[in-house]
Amino acid sequence: MPVVTGATWTCYDSATMTAREIYGRTLAEMGKANDKIVGLTADLAMTTAIVHFAEAFPDRFFNVGIAEQNMFGIAAGLAKTGFIPFASTMAVFASLRAGEQVRTDIAYQNLPVKIIATHSGISFGHAGVTHHCTEDFSIMRSIANMTVIAPADGIETSKAVRACIDVPGPVYIRIGRGFEPPVYEDENYDFEIGKASIMRDGSDLAIICCGIAVLQSVQAAATLKEQDGLSVRVINMHTIKPIDREAILSAVMDTRRILTIEEHNIIGGLGDAVASVIAESGKGCAFRKHGLQDLFATIGYAEDLYSFYGLDANGIVSKVREMMNLEYEADENWEDD
Amino acid sequence: MSLTPEEKKKLEEAAKNLRLSIVDVMSWSGGAHVGGSLSAADILAILYFKQLSIFPDKPDDPDRDRFILSKGHAAAGFIPTLAMRGFFPAEELKSFNHFGSPFAMHPDGSKIPGVDASTGSLGHGLPMAVGMGLGARLLKASFKIVCLMGDGECCEGSVWEAAMSLSHFKLLNVIPIIDRNRLMIDGFTEDVMNLEPFADKWRAFGFNVLEINGHDFDELSLALDAAWQAKDKPALILANTIKGKGVDFMENNVKWHYASADSDLARRAKESIQGR
Repeated sequence: MPVVTGATWTCYDSATMTAREIYGRTLAEMGKANDKIVGLTADLAMTTAIVHFAEAFPDRFFNVGIAEQNMFGIAAGLAKTGFIPFASTMAVFASLRAGEQVRTDIAYQNLPVKIIATHSGISFGHAGVTHHCTEDFSIMRSIANMTVIAPADGIETSKAVRACIDVPGPVYIRIGRGFEPPVYEDENYDFEIGKASIMRDGSDLAIICCGIAVLQSVQAAATLKEQDGLSVRVINMHTIKPIDREAILSAVMDTRRILTIEEHNIIGGLGDAVASVIAESGKGCAFRKHGLQDLFATIGYAEDLYSFYGLDANGIVSKVREMMNLEYEADENWEDD
Repeated sequence: MSLTPEEKKKLEEAAKNLRLSIVDVMSWSGGAHVGGSLSAADILAILYFKQLSIFPDKPDDPDRDRFILSKGHAAAGFIPTLAMRGFFPAEELKSFNHFGSPFAMHPDGSKIPGVDASTGSLGHGLPMAVGMGLGARLLKASFKIVCLMGDGECCEGSVWEAAMSLSHFKLLNVIPIIDRNRLMIDGFTEDVMNLEPFADKWRAFGFNVLEINGHDFDELSLALDAAWQAKDKPALILANTIKGKGVDFMENNVKWHYASADSDLARRAKESIQGR
């Protein structure tokens, strides 16, 4: 497999480029080094920014029109003939409209199709619920063979897109609409699929989050330090599956308070994935899942919705303060294992 | 080219043996989609005993023609065809449907040599065939991709999404065949969900429709040759067939869409097949 070197444009451009923009350009760069990469979209070439790949490699790019089921079936067929398809559409169509093609044609056959799901969560808030997607973690992580990644920003998207090519099977990369501010200043950090990144260490409580919640949690942790003297660990769980059990269990052991934050229904997503790890460990801790509380979101621009649902820094600060008052049962045998 | 008498005799023999094998699978498996396997038997026979370039000793050869059984429930016809063609010993078919068997009601490509795509959920085969067609074009490879669909399957919207794209991308290397046996689980296609004017629908989607008798090897052979040589637009073979073909008491009767067979029924079915 040819090595793809660093994306030179990120140095000067990343602050103004959106995650999907960065995805499109990263893919175009990767396409130069690897002629097995092909791109697909379903009438969202501009919207998903795969257009950059399309312009560079018109022969290896296929726009199938507004037909997501067909797109993922075609992606499976291309993978069967030795290609590595990157198929982009909105998260709601990738996970629900074409959910069966993703499961049966791609995951069941364990094909190296890389799904770039844009406009995830409530990032396209003003489009209404038809274009929201707060179910995809739940769907995708329950599909065998599937790797599920939710990068924190554009830089991490670029890293995830480059890393996913080494995963032999299918990968679902969930990004937003593209107006999310960056968390990372540059690409100089280690990104490994399945290994969480500690954004900030802390011992009073650990926030385990992904996607847009990472930046907001980092800001919330700073506020909590300043105003409440709290030491809050922020864990960027960019890979939802396979989940980093070690990072979760260290956080339980060190802080005894875990708050998960995700732009997703609290049922079936990151919070439940983390909860399973904690429950199976047999260790007690205070635990809360923060996200969409099993409801369809209201209408509004994403920023307003994040604020309304407490997914911004202010909301996270309140949630942490609530949690600091929660009790947990002490475990005498903590060190036994 | 027309079939020589020898070729035709060989295909008739293969199809008869395949039908007998379908009845065996019906017995061994505890139940099989016998009707739709029998209707497709002659199509499978000519594909695997004449038309397709395949290599049973090298099932993954990159130059092989691909075959996708989009009507995956006809695995009871497809999998014995592969056994007859030498992809694995026919003896193994006795495990059909049983614990740990590679063979089930629907074919799994990861378990069975010679199966190019795992299918079973209807409306999935043609999109994958389109993807393989695009892949072949990128590779500048000359292999063909044959996709066998059911007529009832064409109720699925994804079939038409794929049809539109197949013709848009001008994939002359993809050859869809429809086993038009006119029956689906709940009855005749025209009663459950009208497909007609079926050929016209495909023509409107940009196909050169070759409508033939799917049990006549001369017609099948001519249609396949024409499809192999498609020039301006993709070909689609609309093969009119009879569900349950070859077993007199099963023919054109929805009751035999899926059934099991005890030894008496299997004997009667085989007698009917042998008698023809």
